[in-house]
Amino acid sequence: MNATMGRYRAVTGHRLFWPAAVLVVMLAANTIYRPGFLSIELKDGHLYGSPIDILRLSAPLILVALGMTLVISTGGIDLSVGSVCAISGAIACMYISKQPDQNSLAVVLAALAMAFGVALVLGAWNGVLVAVIGIQPIIATLILMVAGRGLAQLITQGQIITINSEPFRAIGLGHLLTLPLAIFIALAAALVVAAFTRRTALGMIVESVGGNAEASRLAGIRSGRVVFLAYVLSAACAAIAGFMMTANVSSADGNAVGLWVELDAILAVVIGGTSLAGGRFFLSGTIIGALIIQTLTTTVYAMDISPQTSLLFKAVVVIAVCLIQAPAFRARFTRRRRNVPTPNAIADKPKEQVPA
Amino acid sequence: MGKMRTQSAPWRAVAVLASVLLVGGVAACGNSDTGGGSKDDGKITLGFSQVGAESGWRTANTTSIKESAAAAGIELKFDDAQQKQENQIKAIRNYIQQKVDVIAFSPVVESGWDTVLKEAKDAGIPVILTDRSVDSADKSLYKTFLGSDFVKEGRLAGEWLVEQKKTASGPVNIVELQGNTGAAPANDRKKGFGEAIAANPNLKIIASQPGDFTRAGGKQVMEQFLKANPKIDVLFAHNDDMGLGALEAITAAGKVPGKDITIITVDAVKDGMQALADGKFNFIAECSPLLGPQLMDLAKKVHAGEEVPARIETEETTFTTEQAKEALPNRKY
Repeated sequence: MNATMGRYRAVTGHRLFWPAAVLVVMLAANTIYRPGFLSIELKDGHLYGSPIDILRLSAPLILVALGMTLVISTGGIDLSVGSVCAISGAIACMYISKQPDQNSLAVVLAALAMAFGVALVLGAWNGVLVAVIGIQPIIATLILMVAGRGLAQLITQGQIITINSEPFRAIGLGHLLTLPLAIFIALAAALVVAAFTRRTALGMIVESVGGNAEASRLAGIRSGRVVFLAYVLSAACAAIAGFMMTANVSSADGNAVGLWVELDAILAVVIGGTSLAGGRFFLSGTIIGALIIQTLTTTVYAMDISPQTSLLFKAVVVIAVCLIQAPAFRARFTRRRRNVPTPNAIADKPKEQVPA
Repeated sequence: MGKMRTQSAPWRAVAVLASVLLVGGVAACGNSDTGGGSKDDGKITLGFSQVGAESGWRTANTTSIKESAAAAGIELKFDDAQQKQENQIKAIRNYIQQKVDVIAFSPVVESGWDTVLKEAKDAGIPVILTDRSVDSADKSLYKTFLGSDFVKEGRLAGEWLVEQKKTASGPVNIVELQGNTGAAPANDRKKGFGEAIAANPNLKIIASQPGDFTRAGGKQVMEQFLKANPKIDVLFAHNDDMGLGALEAITAAGKVPGKDITIITVDAVKDGMQALADGKFNFIAECSPLLGPQLMDLAKKVHAGEEVPARIETEETTFTTEQAKEALPNRKY
């Protein structure tokens, strides 16, 4: 009996258990509403179905959220990722649209390299503002968030740039082994980041900087450099996400690409269990967080929840996820079930810190 | 991050200074068109404040106003408000000080215009609203509102569908891609379309979700519509871009857009007209940004003191595939 309880605790106590459980519940609810929700069929040589849509559409969010995870774990935040998505997508599409042969692989690679390079510069700009000049991250990245949107519109001249390029389209809509290519790109990025942070000391260094930058510096870690790199990496992830978003519809819309993705990314990071105060990060949690957010959006469309109530629906689910996932809340809930306290006892209790 | 205080104060000063200069520079650019006063030289001076340059539609709108002002011999003072009401109010006050003959603007938002409009009225300068309206209770603050009738656009789309499906015996399943929730074009087009299709009880909207006027939004919503509803006969999208996004979702589902699913949209931007000419769309109700010539006519009339109607609709039409093929070579946007 004790052993079973122990195992039960070990499973439910795992930090990924509750986010994963929420994801399963959401998929189950969809399946109950429409039994065909999880069904996948083979169409034109690749898999087709709502779960595949969720995977494909969550790929850009996973990428952006990966970079955001590292930035947040250094105690910072990057609000500019949405604008970086828009700028990188705009540069790539603009370059391709000007070429005589849009289907040439060389043209697409050149476009990607150029846009990626600009994104790295933008990331470095954020990094310098935060790590060298010492501006608060929320303000430093807000500059690029606002100015970057304008920059993207300047690049596209306020127009929606439509392109007709098969190699570029593949980034968003291509398939590999019957699955969307985008999800492989996102997973590859996740594996690379995981390998660098968890197989080397880098991850620990990032967490130590996030925990206490000054103490880390005194311990011999070049805090500034670590913070700088986190912002560059975040912009790099956002650039690839921007390619996927624009490739998905073969057009760059400076106004709409990546709009509000920074908020979704922060939410994914938080759902995944990473502390907004910095000092701790969970890449796998972030990925599940991104999947939850995309599943939520897809659920609204699949169930045709009316637009007037869908925002409230999303808010309720997000609040529920965050509460369920907070150990302090769960502890209080289980305690209350065992031993119901009087209302006074609840009111007198000091407020507990719930990790966001 | 607040704990990292290894940098010196001068650096911060430089950063702050740089951002101030940046912002100042942008503001100066915004006002560069509005310099100089105007005296009575017989030429009408029109001060125009544009919302911004957020879409292809808006850019075409700006071009139309600039070109037709030149053609009509009206001196145009143009200001881009970059989506900010305070910029727009500042521009209007500038125009009042410069004593322009007529002020026209596309309000960024509906409310908060009473004070500045009253200033213009007191200065004796007539105001024309274009494209979007204001919610001022005092209608005497502006001469007229020139813009599209979104309800009518939805109704035209619906009436065409009713005509097409008049012989349909069974139910016709319609899915709708709405604009941003709460936006006037989305509300009005939905209303107009709904009223028109009520004429035939067989026509039913089985799903309706916001695609936020974007291609990505339209595509993502359509993907789920297609999976949740095995039989979709008609798609009504509140603008071309959402319809264009939906095209890919329909193709991916193994259906032929324009044949298996009848597609109706609103706007008639270039890419949308191309899709219509290619037979992928079936019908577009135009929402024309080319209101420049009408605006110049109005400016002359109100300057001459003539009475004008309080509400003037932009001249708009509808397109079928054949009409789109014909019109496409001459489209400006």
